[in-house]
Amino acid sequence: MALELPENVVVSRLDELASWCRKNSLWPMPFATACCGIELMATGAAKHDLARFGAEVFRFSPRQCDLMIVAGRVAMKMLPVLQRIWLQMHEPKWCISMGACASTGGVFDTYAVVQGIDRFIPVDMYVPGCPPRPEQLIQAIIDLQDKIQREGTITGREFETRERQFRNHRPPGQDPTGGDDHRPGVRDARATVSQARPRRGGRATLDRCRPQSGHPAGAAIPPFLMLWPPETVAREA
Amino acid sequence: MTPPSPTADIVPALMARFPGLETSAYRGQTRVVVGEPVSLEVLSFLAAAGFDLLVDVTCVDYLEYRGATRRYGLVYLLASTATAHRLTVRVFVDDPTPAVRSVVGLWRSADWLEREVWDMFGIDFVGHPDLRRLMMPEQFTAHPLRKDYPLQGRGERHNFPVLTREDG
Repeated sequence: MALELPENVVVSRLDELASWCRKNSLWPMPFATACCGIELMATGAAKHDLARFGAEVFRFSPRQCDLMIVAGRVAMKMLPVLQRIWLQMHEPKWCISMGACASTGGVFDTYAVVQGIDRFIPVDMYVPGCPPRPEQLIQAIIDLQDKIQREGTITGREFETRERQFRNHRPPGQDPTGGDDHRPGVRDARATVSQARPRRGGRATLDRCRPQSGHPAGAAIPPFLMLWPPETVAREA
Repeated sequence: MTPPSPTADIVPALMARFPGLETSAYRGQTRVVVGEPVSLEVLSFLAAAGFDLLVDVTCVDYLEYRGATRRYGLVYLLASTATAHRLTVRVFVDDPTPAVRSVVGLWRSADWLEREVWDMFGIDFVGHPDLRRLMMPEQFTAHPLRKDYPLQGRGERHNFPVLTREDG
C-alpha cells in the first residue's frame, strides 16, 4: 500500500536531518593566535561574509561553540590552554587547523612551538597557506559541511545506541569494530584535498618519526610539563 | 660629596671611584666592563649619579665565541631621562653557577628583565624578590637561549597528553 503524502512533505532520516541542521549552523570558536587570525577575521567580515555558510556566529566561550578554528602558531605554553578549551566544547564538535603553523609548526621549528596541533587534539580539516586566503578557509568550511552531512557527527555517538546494543550482544571473540564505516578512526576514502595531511620533507618529517631524546615516543608522560593530571582531563571530558 | 651628573665626565668619575675598570667607546657609545664582585656598587653609583632609567638587562652567551674567555656577558643599558646620556655596563659571569646581585632595589624595571634573563640563560640574580620564569612554562627545566641548548629542544614540545575523539 503506497503512502499518500502531500506535495509539501519531504521524508528523510533523522540523522541526516540533524546533520543538515548542524552543518548549516556551525558556531566557530576562534582560537586565533597569529596572522591567520587576521584572515579569519576577514573571512567573517563583510567582504567574504562567512554568514553565507551559516558559520558567522563567532563565540569566545567554548561552551557555545562546535567548531574550533585554530588559526596561528601554538606555543607549547599555549597548548594546555588549547586542549582545555577543546575539552570544554560540547559534542558534537569539529576542528579546523588553519595555516601552516597550526598544521605543522610552519617555519617555527623551535623548542617553543608545537609542531602541528593534530599531535595532541583531533583535527578534521587542514587549511594550507601562510596565511591562507579567506577563500581557502571558506572552502575548508564547505568541505567540513560535506563531511558533517556524510558522517553525522564526528563519532556518531548519539546515533549509535542501536549499534552499541548490537555490539554488546555480539558473541565474544568477534571483532567489535569490524565492518562499520561510521566508526571513529575509519578513514573515508572520499577525503577531499584539504583533508589530506600537509606534508613537509626533510628534517621535520624525520623529526616527526624519530623518538625525541629523553622522552621516547610512547613513554609515559612524566610530571614535567603535565600541566594538569590525567584524572582532571578525564573528569572534564 | 655630591655625585656627578650623568654627563660625559661620568666615566672619569667612575674610574676615580672604582679603579681598574675597563672602558671603551664606539661611535659615541660608552661601555664599562665591571667585575661581578663590585657590579652592584658600580650600578648603585650610576643610579645615584642620575641614570634613572634602566633600559634593558640582557645577556650574551659567548660559548664557542672566537676569542672569548668568559661565558656569559650581562648587558645593562642605562639612560638618564634628564640629560639623555646613555651608558652600557657589562658584567661577565661563568659556569657552573653564574650569578650576579640583583638591581631590583635600584630600578624597579629590573624585576621582569632579570626574570627573563634567568628564564632564558639561567643567570641567578641574588637578592631578586621573585625570581620565577617569565616566558617558559613553570615546569620547564632548561634555559633555552644558552648556546648548548638545541634549537628544537629536548622533546619538550612533544611532551603533552594526546587527546583523541574518545576523550571528548
